Order: sequence, then C-alpha cells, then structure tokens
Amino acid sequence: MYNFDFEKPGTVADAVAALGADEAQALGGGQTLIPTLKQRLASPTVLVSLKGIAEMQGICAGDDGALCIGGATNHATVAAEGGAYPALAATAAHIGDPAVRNRGTIGGSLANNDPSACYPAAALGSGATIVTNTRQIAADDYFQGMFTTALEEGEIITEVRFPVPEKANYQKFVQPASRFALVGVFVAKYADGVRVAITGASNDGVFRWAEAEAALSANFAPDALDGLSLSGDDMISDLHGTGAYRAHLCGVMTKRAVAAAA
Amino acid sequence: MPKDGGIGASSKRREDVRFLTGVGNYTDDIDIHGQAHVFFLRSDVAHGTLNAVDTSAAEAMPGVVKVFTGADFEGVGSIPCGWQVTDKHGEVMQEPAHPVLAQGKVRHVGEPIAAVVAETLEQARDAAETINVDIAELPAVVDMKAALADGAPKVHDDLTSNLCYDWGFVEENKDAVNKAFEEAAHVTSLELVNNRLVANPMEPRVAVGDYSRGTDEHTLFTTSQNPHVIRLLMGAFVLGIPEHKLRVVAPDVGGGFGTKIFHYQEEAFVTFAAKACNRPVKWTSSRTEAFMSDAHGRDHVTKIELALDTDNNFTALRTDTHANMGAYLSTFAPSVPTWLHGTLMAGNYKTPLIYVNVKAVFTNTVPVDAYRGAGRPEATFQLERVVDKAARELGVDPIALRRQNFITEFPYATPVAVEYDTGDYHATMDKLEEMIDLSGFEARRKASEANGKLRGVGVNCYIEACGIAPSNLVGQLGARAGLYESATVRVNATGGLVVMTGSHSHGQGHETSFAQVVAEMIGIDENMVEIVHGDTSKVPMGMGTYGSRSIAVGGSAMVRATEKIINKAKKIASHLLEASESDIELKDGAFSVAGTDKSVAWGDVTLAAYVPHNYPLEDIEPGLEETAFYDPSNFTYPSGAYACEVEVDPDTGKVTIESFAAADDFGNIINPMIVTGQVHGGLAQGIGQALLENCAYDDNGQLLSGSYMDYAMPRADDLPMFDVDHSCQTPCTHNPLGVKGCGEAGAIGSPPAVVNAVVDALRSAGKDVTHIDMPLSPDRVWAAMQ
Ligand SMILES: Cc1cc2nc3c(=O)[nH]c(=O)nc-3n(C[C@H](O)[C@H](O)[C@H](O)COP(=O)(O)OP(=O)(O)OC[C@H]3O[C@@H](n4cnc5c(N)ncnc54)[C@H](O)[C@@H]3O)c2cc1C
Repeated sequence: MYNFDFEKPGTVADAVAALGADEAQALGGGQTLIPTLKQRLASPTVLVSLKGIAEMQGICAGDDGALCIGGATNHATVAAEGGAYPALAATAAHIGDPAVRNRGTIGGSLANNDPSACYPAAALGSGATIVTNTRQIAADDYFQGMFTTALEEGEIITEVRFPVPEKANYQKFVQPASRFALVGVFVAKYADGVRVAITGASNDGVFRWAEAEAALSANFAPDALDGLSLSGDDMISDLHGTGAYRAHLCGVMTKRAVAAAA
Repeated sequence: MPKDGGIGASSKRREDVRFLTGVGNYTDDIDIHGQAHVFFLRSDVAHGTLNAVDTSAAEAMPGVVKVFTGADFEGVGSIPCGWQVTDKHGEVMQEPAHPVLAQGKVRHVGEPIAAVVAETLEQARDAAETINVDIAELPAVVDMKAALADGAPKVHDDLTSNLCYDWGFVEENKDAVNKAFEEAAHVTSLELVNNRLVANPMEPRVAVGDYSRGTDEHTLFTTSQNPHVIRLLMGAFVLGIPEHKLRVVAPDVGGGFGTKIFHYQEEAFVTFAAKACNRPVKWTSSRTEAFMSDAHGRDHVTKIELALDTDNNFTALRTDTHANMGAYLSTFAPSVPTWLHGTLMAGNYKTPLIYVNVKAVFTNTVPVDAYRGAGRPEATFQLERVVDKAARELGVDPIALRRQNFITEFPYATPVAVEYDTGDYHATMDKLEEMIDLSGFEARRKASEANGKLRGVGVNCYIEACGIAPSNLVGQLGARAGLYESATVRVNATGGLVVMTGSHSHGQGHETSFAQVVAEMIGIDENMVEIVHGDTSKVPMGMGTYGSRSIAVGGSAMVRATEKIINKAKKIASHLLEASESDIELKDGAFSVAGTDKSVAWGDVTLAAYVPHNYPLEDIEPGLEETAFYDPSNFTYPSGAYACEVEVDPDTGKVTIESFAAADDFGNIINPMIVTGQVHGGLAQGIGQALLENCAYDDNGQLLSGSYMDYAMPRADDLPMFDVDHSCQTPCTHNPLGVKGCGEAGAIGSPPAVVNAVVDALRSAGKDVTHIDMPLSPDRVWAAMQ
C-alpha cells in the first residue's frame, strides 16, 4: 500500500469538498478498494471515507413506496432490514461472507460495477434510481459496461431507490472460487411489466434480457421462456466457464428465478 | 470402554490450546532485534533472457540496506535436488542448476530476480519498484507434450531437451506386459489428467535469517517440515556452512501438506543476507507469492490400459505418464512420479504384469513436488478409474470386479518391486458396504430424480506406502538422503521426560500422540511426557515429517529409545530392590520384583539416576538419557475402501456430495480422534482436487489461478459429514507399534470415488460419459453432458 491521507467527513457536502482534492478517492466499505491498494494497483493521495455520513446510512420508505437505501449502507443492514423488498434483502444476504457484508456498501458496489457483482443486477432488474450528490440517474442509464458507470469524477452515490415489485427473485450461480456470481439473474414483476437483469455473464457487464422480459410480461411462468436463449459469443469465457455455458446458465437461472419469485 | 490415556485413547490435542488461543509461536511471530525485511522482485514473465538488472535507483531509496541480484550469488551453490532418477536407458536424469536469484534467464512467473533488504517491508517494496529489469521475453513452454516436440523452446539452454528423464519400470517386464495385452480378452484404456494443485497451507512460508559475528553461527527460522534436512541441504550444498555452525528452527508450523518439505531459495537468501548485511533478515510470503513460489503438486497426464482375461482377471497393466517438473527440480520432485508412483501401480490387485513409463518434463511453470500423497494419489486415481471403466465395459459390478482381483495372501510381492506385509482388502470393503447401504441406493436415486437431480455412487480402493525406507534401498533408487528417524528420550530427576524427536508436527498432533506412547510404555501420566521437535540444536538428527512416516518411523525410534531407558531403569531398580534384574517388572509406573510385594516407584528410580548415592556406579553411568536411530526394513501399507454418493444438477452441472464413507486399515492406532481428524483433512483435500481445485496456466505461462478469486479451495459447506471407520486393523509386522500411518490416505483414496460417482450419475441419465477430467467443476460436468 502506498501512503495516503485519510478523511472521514460527516456530511455529503464535506465529502464532496474533500473529493475535490487531486487524486482523492471515496472509500465505502473498502472491500474492493483496500485489496486494490494492498496490491499497489491504485495510489490515491486522499481516501475520503463515506461511513461517517449519517444521511447516507440506513433504509427508509420513500413517498412513492420505493425502498430507499443510503449509499453507505452495508449489505448486512440491507439483509436484515430490507424486508419490505424481500428479494433485495435476500440478494444482500448472499453477497460474500459475513465480514464482507458488514463492511461492503451498496454505493461502493454500484460505483465499482464489477461484472460479477450482485447489486448491479438487483438495481437494473428493479429499475432503481441511483441518487448522487448532483442528480438522479435511472439504472438503465447508469450501467455502461464492466467497471464503467455514468458517475462523474468525485460524484457520490448518496442513495439508491428501489421501486418494490409485486414479485421478484435473484438466482445466483456462484463461481466456485470467489463465490461472486458466475451468472446471476434478477427477475422482478411490476404492474407495467417484467424486468430481467443478468450479471456475471456478459463482457459488457450487467444487462437486461429483452426477449425474456417480453415473454414474461405476457406470461409470468417459467415455461414462457421455453425456446428463448442467449448467444454465448459475447459472454465471458474463462477458467470457470465458457461463454456458451454462461449463456445456458442465463436461461436456467432465469427460469428458476421466475419459479421462485415471491 | 475407551481408554482415558495411553495408546488407544482419544486424548485431546494438547497443542491446540496454544494454537487456538493465539499463543502459538509461528515463524512470523519471531522478530529479532535489529531485523530488516526483504522483498523479492519476481519475474512477471514465464520465460526470458535477463539482459540487465539495474538496482542503482533502488539502492538510493529510503531505508534500503542492500539490494541483491543473481550476480551476488555467483560462487554460491545451486538449490540442490535430493533424488537422482536413472532412466530406462541407464542414464541419470538431466539436472539443471537452480540459482538463489535468477541468473541469465527467468524460467517461470514468480522466479525471484532481485531482493531488496530494507528497514521496513514497505520500504523494500518501494525500492523494488525502482529496479529496472531488462528481460527479452522468449516463447514459453507450458504444455508437456509440446515441450517435448522437436524445436520446442528449451527451458534450460544447457540441457539437451526439456526431458528430465524417461523412466521405465520394470523395464525387464515390458515385453511380457505387451504380450499379455496382445493375448487379452478385453482391454480397457483411459486417458486422464491429474490436475495441478497448490497446497495452500493456512500459514504461508516464512524465513528469518540471523547471524552472530561473535561466534560465526547462523540461525534460520523457517516454516519447514524437516529442519535438519534444510540444514544439510542448505549448509552443505548451497552456502557451505558446516552443520555445527548452522541451526535451523521450525517452530509452530501452520500446515505443510508437502510443500514445506523442500529447501527454497528464500531460506538460503535470508541466511546469506543476514551475514552479508550483518542484520537479521525476515521474509514472510504473501498469499500471492505463495501461489507462484510454493512448489505445486500433481500435474500428470496419463494413458492407462488394463488387460483382462475371459474370466475378468486382471492380467496386465500398462501406463504412460507425462509428469510436470516445472522449471527447476524441487527437492524431491524426481522421486514423486517414479518411486512413489510406479511402485504403487499394483494397488490392491494381483495383476501379475505391470509396466510404468514416466517422462518427466521441464516447463516454464512453478516447480512441482510432493503434495499430500505424492505419487500415490496419481497412481490410485488412474488405477481406480480404469478398473471402474472396465467394470462398466464388461457389465459387471465394480465392487465384485475389485474383490475378484484382490490380493488375499500376505506378504505379497508385487510386480512393481514392493512387498506388502499385511492387509485385508475384503475386510475394509465389507466394512464399507456395511456403512453405505447400497441396497437403498436405487430408492435414493429415485428420490433424487423426483427432484430433478441425477444420483450416482462411486467406490474405490486404495493402497499406499508410508514411511519410505529402508535407507540402503532408497539409496540404490537415487535418494541422496537416508530415511531413518532419531529420538532422544531424556528423563529428568523427578521422573518427567522430554522426547526429542526428528519428526516434525505441523498440525498432526504429535505432541499428544507421541506422549501417549511413552506414557503407556512406562505406565505414567501423559502429562509427564513433553515432546520437543523442530530445532536442530535440540534434536540430534531428523528426517522430518512427510509421507505419513512420523508414527511409523519417528514413533519407532522413540519406542526404541524408551526401551533403552526402561532397560537401564530396571538395572537401577534391581539395585534398589536388591533383586536380580531379570525379576524386575515395570507396571503402572512402578518396578516390582516378580512374585513379591517389593516395589520402587518410577520417580525414585529416576531420582537415583541423578542423585546416585545408592547406585551401582561400578556397573552403570548415572543419568537417564538414551538416543535411538530407527531405519525401517520396509514401507508400511495402509489400505482402504471409499465410497462417495453425489447428486448432479443436470441443468447446471453442479455436483454436490451427499455422503462420503471411508473404511481404512491403518494397523494399530494410537489416538483414534487424531486419526479421524487426519482422514477428514485428507478427504477434504481429495474432494477439493476432485471438484474444485485447479492450478491453471495460459499458453504464455501466466498463472490464471493465482489467488482465491480463481483458485477454489474446498470449504466446509462443499463437504458432507464424513463417515469414517478404522476398525479394520492388520498391524504392520515390521515396526514395534504395528502402526501404518494415516496422514495421506484421505487425499489418496477420495478423488476416484468422487469421479466414479459423477460418471455413474451421468450414465444413469443415459449420457455416454466415460470420464471427466478433474476438477469436476459445473462447467466441465455440463459440457460432458452435451
Ligand atoms: C471476499 C469477497 C467476496 C465478495 N463477494 C461478493 C459477491 O458475492 N457479490 C457481490 O456483489 N460483491 C461481492 N464482493 C464485493 C463487496 O460486496 C463490496 O460491495 C464491493 O467490494 C464494493 O463495496 P465497498 O463498499 O466495499 O466499496 P469500496 O471498496 O470502498 O469502493 C469501491 C469503489 O467504489 C467507490 N465508492 C465507494 N463508495 C462510493 C459511493 N457511495 N459513491 C461513489 N463511489 C463510491 C470507491 O471509490 C471505489 O472506487 C465481495 C468482496 C469480497 C472482498
């Protein structure tokens, strides 16, 4: 690890100011950033911890019935207190291990946009709104390819708003070593249609499976997916599975998510 | 009634108290006043010519004590190899030099190029980043068969090729074996891979070098399974330090699994640098470094063929293996695919004719050496897979086919040069069948199918050879070391004992089980016996712990030394009791005169030995301390039968282990609880190999599974509750305790059971699958079903 200065502001405004410094970087739970620093793959001069900002902590119900999660809320809190959106709470409950869940934050996860992470599928699959210190970004506009998002330099995710669906489920098929998602499928049924978001599979990061959404919007049942499949050509192919295997798993996990949706 | 102490008791592991309460003393816990830290700059290319290493900027960095490169080690010896294999033409193996820091070339990702010693590790690392390394990258050889092709890039320019040796065993049998294949009624053949593994002990390697200018004495603290072997190899062959000026200490060691047997460059470096810098020098491996510098395990590519007659008797076996050595020869690497593998090819079967061919190959990868089981898992896996395949091809019950071919008469001389002293393979198979309820299997399969899952059962046997010996024989086979063990038993005046054993405990629980043996022999409380190990300044000599040899070889030396103690104590007792020595009996910690009520307590005898007022000084010396060296006359041969039941999700290829049963014959057992624990650990590692672990390189020699993000270790929830039995006991006939060793059995015996079970499950769904290479990860199982 290279040396850096450490700041722990108490308000979003102070955090934004601190992040204005040259080569400053936000620190959420550090579950991605700290290992990166230890490997000397990043060298920020200032780390600005977001964990001391009260307004970024915790879960509440929005006026429109959405579940609002502070950007610095850790996964364990969402798992324990996100009962208003059971599929989301269950998603959080299966991220990493207890240590990761007690440190890692939703803002950090969405800012990082790891192609195998779980929250991006939940956010895209729910049509969530990513609220930052400057604006509100629809999930459909937010995810822009693996490790790439709509966030500007120094922009902070302060809150994430999840419209609560009628039914939803997340099916995670774990990569055996990291236990991130080899393929993870988040299915959510809203009054105006079904959303299907898939993580782990694509070289372009989390994506929506439009054909499946159309079929499920017409008939929310596993066999509505019969005959639908994705191509593995542009999917991740690595030690743990070929693109073809991942494409196959997308179909299997989508069906299972529909069957299990509650 | 279970005993509450001594041989056969499940005494609680006394060492666990310190391990589990954080007061152990591991090598990384050792900090010496004035100590500096070393950071190794390691190659990030697999193969390249080292044109120049410019350290001038690094030398000027804050806190830097000294920067070393390969040039500093010119004139220093090569990291030695401890076993010389002679090939099928009578030629000795090709043996490349192995420098402490790379000289001229780099040959694998992770090879150390330069070393920075600085006040702090971070300073050493900062300085290392300023070293300018000019490497001209060369094409890498990764695949073994490609490495042997004409015109392949050579890992070592001064060798004739990448072939280390081409070993034939037993060469004289080759023609007869081939003839038996021509005459066979049925031949089953199978090509398979024994996947490369990374040992991953919980504690990574650590080495601390210290040097005293006043006495010219060197001390190396290191995470080793055999500190005396390191003292010999490093002292005599690398650094030229006589053994009396070199102390090697391996304190508490957090797991070894083979990979801490070997002498590594980092040990030689810190010892050398401590003198060069006149500072203690410490190195603690990071997990990332461990992946690219700890010797890896397995990595065989094999074709095996089994010939059977019309009655399904095995008539001949032929195997052809490519064994990866990596870029250099690690300490015992050449012996693993040969003498620890070829000699096991008979398994539990009376196959009369066997021929084993092994080509050991250099590649641009981390060196490969012994890993839990070492050669024996590779032998067992291919044999038990081909037997299973033969049963399927012939439409016979795989258990019946095995039973029909079992060796039943002992001693049994195999056609691969070893003699099994005892065993009862039907007994362990009977026990296994009792444990697994095969008759209920079809009902369980139907229940799985009703849940959309496939179910399979796999069974296999194994035989292993522990406590490799005797020294004169292994010398003929190419070992450059003896394979005895030593023990000193020192009795104190007040009756307590200290046993200094050359065996090394790094998780096995010797401090408990060894004490149980001595306590039983004398009839005293276990707590009166202390076991000391891991320090060359305390223990006379030791060959260390590997190959499940500790209780069979080290325990035997301890028994011999204790017998000498008892003999001398009886002489003292006979003097005190004024009786003839031949009438003295030792029982429950007291010496008595047979047929009388005269007796003297153990403590009175030991006190007399050190306060010899009333003592036969004219006949015997005062004091009570004895040393014994024990060189076994043969290996020991544990054996067993294992069964695994799996469920496979046909939609995803995911395998879950529903049950695993192990029926082992370890001969006599000292501590059943510790034995069970050893089997559990071995099973976890074997199942890890079968389902999860895979050390993979890309074509350029880059390590693809260089961290836990990609290298899958077995976790508790990957494993079922194990059903383990070791009530079948055919004691070893040639060691005093009748013990056989249990440390590796689980890792040897479990992979074939898992693969046999998965193949069985897939075939139950009508899939024409005969084999899947390990690890049976979901993607591979799914692909096999398509
Ligand atoms: C062993 C392990 C297992 C894991 N398993 C899983 C898994 O199964 N599924 C899964 O989805 N994830 C998994 N993770 C990732 C984990 O869930 C974290 O969510 C993730 O590492 C990022 O969150 P963090 O709060 O730790 O962010 P940090 O590591 O602190 O930061 C990550 C990045 O986000 C930026 N950042 C942080 N907070 C904000 C914010 N509020 N606004 C803007 N930018 C911000 C940082 O500057 C940095 O660039 C695992 C991690 C580990 C270590």
